[in-house]
Amino acid sequence: MARIVVGPADFDAGAELAHLSDHAAGGIGSFIGIVRADPSAPRRVAALTLEHYPGMTEAALEKIAAQAESRWPLTGCTIIHRVGRLLPGDNIVFVGAASPHREAALAATAFLIDWLKTAAPFWKYQEYDNGEAEWVAARESDERAAQSWA
Amino acid sequence: MKVLYFAWLRERIGAASEDLDLPADIATVGALVEWLKSRGPAHASAFAGDKIVRCAVDQEFASLDAPIAAAREIAFFPPVTGG
Repeated sequence: MARIVVGPADFDAGAELAHLSDHAAGGIGSFIGIVRADPSAPRRVAALTLEHYPGMTEAALEKIAAQAESRWPLTGCTIIHRVGRLLPGDNIVFVGAASPHREAALAATAFLIDWLKTAAPFWKYQEYDNGEAEWVAARESDERAAQSWA
Repeated sequence: MKVLYFAWLRERIGAASEDLDLPADIATVGALVEWLKSRGPAHASAFAGDKIVRCAVDQEFASLDAPIAAAREIAFFPPVTGG
């Protein structure tokens, strides 16, 4: 039932929300992640490249969506994750969950993004405006956020 | 057996994948890591801090003691950072 998309193409958040509202939903929760370039940081992010593991990444997202669907009464569930080189302000990820009730829609949305960050094979490579570049390190706080749903 | 590398492991090893004939006594992910380290300085460097390398056996997350005898594809990568 879940809609899972992994690829370089941008998404239209309005169209995705409209798709979720086609179902018998009383409410829709959604989260959109975008490339951040903190203007006060000593070096600004110039680009973010996302690498993934074709096949395993889609399967991992299906599994996360299935867990959300078994935990809350969802009428729709969408995960879209972009890959490739993105620029500040670009969309990275869309998650959405529709349910007859707002608690379920909001909780499932948070669950989807928390688990996506720790259980789906994606890796971020960050380029800075001073010419430096590095692979982004995993954050313990992301792991704790996912474990809080256990 | 097909071995895949992602992110900085791919860069350090200089290849996204390798088709390898493993010795028959390599039974687990951990044993495979030790064997890969012996293949040269690039592999040794990529696996030097093997605590922060993660693994998947046939596209399922796996631990160092996971068996690999029946595996078709084994992947090594850093902790994930999507979202």
